[in-house]
Amino acid sequence: MPLSKDVTAGLAGIVGAGSVLTKPEDIIPYSFDGTAALWQMPSAVVFPHTTEDVSRCLQLAVAQSVPIVTRGSGTGLSGGSVPSTGSVVLCLAQMNKILDIDPKNLVLRTQPGVTTLAIDEAASRHGLFYPPDPGSMRISSIGGNVAENSGGLRGLKYGVTRDYVMALEVVMPDGRVTRFGSACVKDVAGYSMKDLFIGSEGSLGVITEILLKLVPRPLARQTMLALYDRIEDAAETVSAIIAARIIPCTLEFLDQMTATCVEDFAHVGLPTDCAAVLLMETDGHPAAVADEAAQMASIARAKGARDVRLAKNEAEALALAAARRNAFSALARRRPTTILEDFTVPRSELATMVTFIAETARAARLQIGTFGHMGDGNLHPTFLTDERDKDEMARVHHALDLIAKKTLELGGTITGEHGVGLAKKEWLRQQMGDSSFEVMKQIKRTLDPAGLLNPGKIFD
Amino acid sequence: MSGGTLRTIDYAVLQQCMHCGMCLPTCPTYDQTKQERNSPRGRIALMRAVADGVLDVSHEFAEEMSYCLGCLACQTACPAGVNYAELFETARSDIERQNAQRGVARQFWRAVTLGFLFMNPAALRFTGRLLGFYQRSGLEALTRRTGIIRLLPRGLRRLEPQTPRIAPKFSNSLIPAHQTPSGTTRYRVALLTGCVQDLVFPDVNRDTADVLLANGCSVDTPPVQPCCGSLHAHNGDLEHARVLARRMIDLFPPDRYDAIITNAGGCGSHLRRYAPLLHDDSTYRERAVVWDRKLRDIQEWLIEIGCRAPETSPFDQPAAVTYHDSCHLVHGQKISREPRAVLRLLPGVSLVELPESTWCCGSAGVYAITQPEQAERLLGRKTANIVGTGAEWVATANPGCHLQIARGLDAAGTRIKVAHPVSLLARAYRRERGQG
Repeated sequence: MPLSKDVTAGLAGIVGAGSVLTKPEDIIPYSFDGTAALWQMPSAVVFPHTTEDVSRCLQLAVAQSVPIVTRGSGTGLSGGSVPSTGSVVLCLAQMNKILDIDPKNLVLRTQPGVTTLAIDEAASRHGLFYPPDPGSMRISSIGGNVAENSGGLRGLKYGVTRDYVMALEVVMPDGRVTRFGSACVKDVAGYSMKDLFIGSEGSLGVITEILLKLVPRPLARQTMLALYDRIEDAAETVSAIIAARIIPCTLEFLDQMTATCVEDFAHVGLPTDCAAVLLMETDGHPAAVADEAAQMASIARAKGARDVRLAKNEAEALALAAARRNAFSALARRRPTTILEDFTVPRSELATMVTFIAETARAARLQIGTFGHMGDGNLHPTFLTDERDKDEMARVHHALDLIAKKTLELGGTITGEHGVGLAKKEWLRQQMGDSSFEVMKQIKRTLDPAGLLNPGKIFD
Repeated sequence: MSGGTLRTIDYAVLQQCMHCGMCLPTCPTYDQTKQERNSPRGRIALMRAVADGVLDVSHEFAEEMSYCLGCLACQTACPAGVNYAELFETARSDIERQNAQRGVARQFWRAVTLGFLFMNPAALRFTGRLLGFYQRSGLEALTRRTGIIRLLPRGLRRLEPQTPRIAPKFSNSLIPAHQTPSGTTRYRVALLTGCVQDLVFPDVNRDTADVLLANGCSVDTPPVQPCCGSLHAHNGDLEHARVLARRMIDLFPPDRYDAIITNAGGCGSHLRRYAPLLHDDSTYRERAVVWDRKLRDIQEWLIEIGCRAPETSPFDQPAAVTYHDSCHLVHGQKISREPRAVLRLLPGVSLVELPESTWCCGSAGVYAITQPEQAERLLGRKTANIVGTGAEWVATANPGCHLQIARGLDAAGTRIKVAHPVSLLARAYRRERGQG
């Protein structure tokens, strides 16, 4: 649906003509994010450069009733930044400056378009650390991370994006510029409004500035692989490690299919012949790391690991973690369409869930590769399929529905770190219950009465 | 790569891209603009739109495919294993077939270069001789001094100072058709002399023959060799690329050799994929498979057969050398360890890693001609990185990179010298024999 000349001219007046895209060749590549099988062309793409630009674009959108879809690097995995019909994409990729870093107060102030990796690199120059590390951290934007409350491999010990956001600047749908939170570790003035916007998926406002908490960079780390012939032994190892009061920073699980695909791509020496691989990492003070690593290795052996291999050096450790971050994309080697899920259950229910997924796949004659963050119960069953095959897609959908219901039955959540977006909408009411769901919709209606911000995401 | 178009290509190749975005941080053009159409997944989305019939092979589409360096950094980064090279060449071929990059002058120069010069080695060498005469006879100095150069169209005028210096003698004058090592012959190999390498760096070809001989290889180097067709394939002219591939296979029957050696990264990347190119040719298909199996980059081959370390340094004084990865060697052929291994064999040489060594230098075939601004930006970035290492030499294994980087270092007023790793090795062997 083409935009009216008034809208394009108005947007060009705000951000400059060069920062408004409307030609098909320019906007077709904004029809998708990192989610499979979701594709919708926007009517225009706009690149604001300042908070003021964002505010004026939103005022114009409201005046002209144009839906707005905010986007960072477009690597989301629930369709959160896939355009809705007739929408204008507000792309923040060019608001990409780190504004300042304050080692005295351990905080970093940044624009939303900076990549997650660049944040951690900037922190590391001061001996500091920004721990959340989503799989796409080399390209994902920090604004997108906040909007989706992204997790990562280090969630077990270090938490998720929310745990590092101290304050936000948010432009409301009517163009008002607001600031919530502060650089103070303790701050209980008013509602914790920043928390409302973390994970709001672009549906309540546009995040234009972020104040992040940093922590001291760990001095040492040790990465290791444990190989298993039975998935249950891997799950038991995880429980035993936590029971031994060790909180490793990473406890990643890969099934055989995932390990094989990752190894095909990365050639880092992942075994391709065992039922389960655990990628474990502990970090902190060198003495503590050495002690914990030894304990973790012996627990793994006691629980039936066929072999435990310690990374020989930092380079090998980095290569293993990087290879794991590519697991999702590497699985795409097998079939044309790759559908990644992020069902999460309480840790104690992991083995039940992994087995249930494998059985569901078998019954529905589907290929599913499973990997995930075993330490925090966050699993990534990944369907390897072909969107052109209607019959197979129907079976995929049915299997998804079964897995979602099982997740809820076990006290889990339909999404641990990707967000609801378009992909998880149908199960949200079921998970939340009617009253909680309605309260959430009420908030949306209050803050965005015209319903122009990311319409159709999270709920209809 | 069976002569397909985007509409007829196996759709699964397009679908292989799951648009996860892992390619974005490795793409030099996306890095510049931060716009999706200038990224690998964005370009694939446009190709998919063409395949779906949603988009025509428009002028804008053609412009975008021309803006892509074809450096294939995305292919190295892609966990899903997308064959970007195949998609890219198919897109460019579509563009040529539909003449989407309009312009009579463009068609004329394309016909002259791809259709004539690079199809006829004798004509190419003759043109090279004319150019060499122009450069050495004083005519060049005269045209520049008198300002007659201003009569040229602006595009050519800008390029004229970038014209590479043509060598006084080409490979056929420096390398006999057949040479055997002084000791035992361990392997029998063929040496491909290339086009730019032959006209501008024939000494690199001589050095390649020398290091092969020093490592027990007998070397066949026919005096007249066709172009490998990489320029054609890269620019969407797959028909001529096939003709040239057949000529190469005829000239170098792959059964006869232990290895077929190339020393130019850009050529090698194309040369080792004759099998997919000739897949539909029942006469050549099988020989093309053998050809691909025998094709080796010189550095890859040296390390594979256990290259002998020279006893003498190539230099009088200890020197620091850094290494720039040619895109089509590192991304196109996945060869990055071997050139460094060759350099580490050299006494008196310390290898300093180059930051962003795998980031394109902007040469990219004819890119410096078609996209001068972006090419200059990339060259500036590369030059600054090289200067930052403090090395006295930069080694690189592709004539396009060699020319581009030498020009950049010269313009920056540095005295850092450029050489093929194999030339440094050959120099060390010569000094070992008291000849250098």
